[in-house]
Amino acid sequence: MVIAVIYSVSVGEVKISISDIPSILSSGDGMDYFILTKIRIPRVILAIAVGGSLGLTGAILQGIYRNPLVEPYTLGISGGASLGVTLVVIFGLYDAGMYALPLAGFVGALLTIFLVYTLGMKRGNLDINRMLLIGVMISFVTSSIIMFLMSVSTTDKLHGIVFWVMGSLDEPNTNLIRVIISISIIGLIASYLFARPLNALQLGQAKATHLGINASTSIQILFVIASLMAGACVSVAGVIGFVGLIIPHLARQIVGTDYRILLLSSFLGGGLFLVLSDIIARTIIAPSELPIGVITGMVGGVVFMVVLSNIRRKSKLS
Amino acid sequence: MDNFIKIDNLSCGYAGAFSLGNINFTLPKGTFAGIIGPNGSGKTTLFRGIAGDIPLKSGSVNLNDANLSHLTNKQRAQKMAIVSQFPDIGDLTVEDYILLGRLPYRKPFQFFESEDDYSIAEKYMRLTNTYHLKDKPMRQLSGGEQQLAAIAQALTQEPELLLLDEPTSHLDITHQVQVLNLLQRLNHEMGLTVLMIIHDLNLASEYCDYLLMMKNGNLHCQGTPFDVLTYQNIEQVYGTLVITQINPNSGKPAVFLVSERMRQKVNQQNG
Repeated sequence: MVIAVIYSVSVGEVKISISDIPSILSSGDGMDYFILTKIRIPRVILAIAVGGSLGLTGAILQGIYRNPLVEPYTLGISGGASLGVTLVVIFGLYDAGMYALPLAGFVGALLTIFLVYTLGMKRGNLDINRMLLIGVMISFVTSSIIMFLMSVSTTDKLHGIVFWVMGSLDEPNTNLIRVIISISIIGLIASYLFARPLNALQLGQAKATHLGINASTSIQILFVIASLMAGACVSVAGVIGFVGLIIPHLARQIVGTDYRILLLSSFLGGGLFLVLSDIIARTIIAPSELPIGVITGMVGGVVFMVVLSNIRRKSKLS
Repeated sequence: MDNFIKIDNLSCGYAGAFSLGNINFTLPKGTFAGIIGPNGSGKTTLFRGIAGDIPLKSGSVNLNDANLSHLTNKQRAQKMAIVSQFPDIGDLTVEDYILLGRLPYRKPFQFFESEDDYSIAEKYMRLTNTYHLKDKPMRQLSGGEQQLAAIAQALTQEPELLLLDEPTSHLDITHQVQVLNLLQRLNHEMGLTVLMIIHDLNLASEYCDYLLMMKNGNLHCQGTPFDVLTYQNIEQVYGTLVITQINPNSGKPAVFLVSERMRQKVNQQNG
């Protein structure tokens, strides 16, 4: 991971050799120093924070839904955020300031979370499968609305929407980056308070209750933590798919299912994966760059199919 | 300690559907009790009411004079352990699975198991004869072994009461007897109170010293196997003709089914 970070700092439109980095940093001046501290390093940090948050939320959500196919975006969070951003772009509200787009995304994500949560309540009890279905439905509905809006909008706006939806780690605002970093660290710590309930939930909600866990309270708090993290990530970095899906999967293959290890591994794995993806995105068609969502989606899709076919083979054997 | 478990006017059920009548019974500490009755008679509903899985409409479940609904989940889990019919096994090794039974004793901000937790888990793995499996994934175990591991997990909760939902229904006779013998030993040697749903009337008779017979959501009768397993009771509750005799080896009642042809034969002989 350290190697990836250093490499990532060095590559880009302007090449900076790795051995020069310490001297550039200590010089505190010049073009290269500016590129390093203002563009490259914040970008890598953002990649770690976003990737880590997505990996972590994926691990949490897969834990509470007991479904390995759940990720932050299957729950409609990205759909809601995308819709918010699309509306802002269409109505030209983005002149309101540099916070308009992330804010719109975050509001959209929050509304989705609220919808999934309230509709998922059934007689005061959280019905997990119902929440999952509602999330998937919201994803479909919002993506249809977005497509409709895109089909009636002008070309330049279309480009803005498309690029945002595909995800990018190009975020010039350091305040937003700070916010994301804090959210991801707070989320990581908060999730650790629920590591053992998550372990017990592997045996189902009823069994977890029998083991003395307040299962439904834990699930509700974890859901809120996860969705706030995912919402924040989407609103800053756009839709970066599959990190939340495949990273927890891979982490589980490597370190096992104990959430006390799994949560941190998913976080680190997600961060690493996104840093690597970002390197590929920036170098593969240099000097221009690919949207990072394209890379994570392609890599993620392939890995996901491999994992799925493994699961099928396993279940045939048993 | 005569009313270690006291079920007082308990009623529970599902909205707009099945619901239990008012159930009353008490069991002294160290009882090995079985709940019997036909399908749909409310065995599982009663079980889930006692386990706290479904809210009670009325009445209370008391353990050692403590009303269970007044306890936190954690306190309850220290007193009562539950083994369901098909335990969910997750993707865990046997040892990790059994260690989850120590969760009720977790202190706040305690992330890892203590030495005690490990030694208690080991003790019950040895007792249930699952210690040699401890590094295997749960899903590679046979049904009988999984059941033993589930019981081991319940024991690591160090409960006073063990509830089991048909622990033997999907096992072959070897494993049925293995599981029930284990429960009998725990009951005898550790004084553990056991309450289980059991389908097989002959196993119920052989292992339980107290039986609760359910019919249409009500407790039809209760008592020793001799009191409960009479052919009259069984015919009333199950609507099936049976013959009951005493098993000459164990001295417990045994239930024999009657086939259609056998019934005709007997009727003819009797003219």
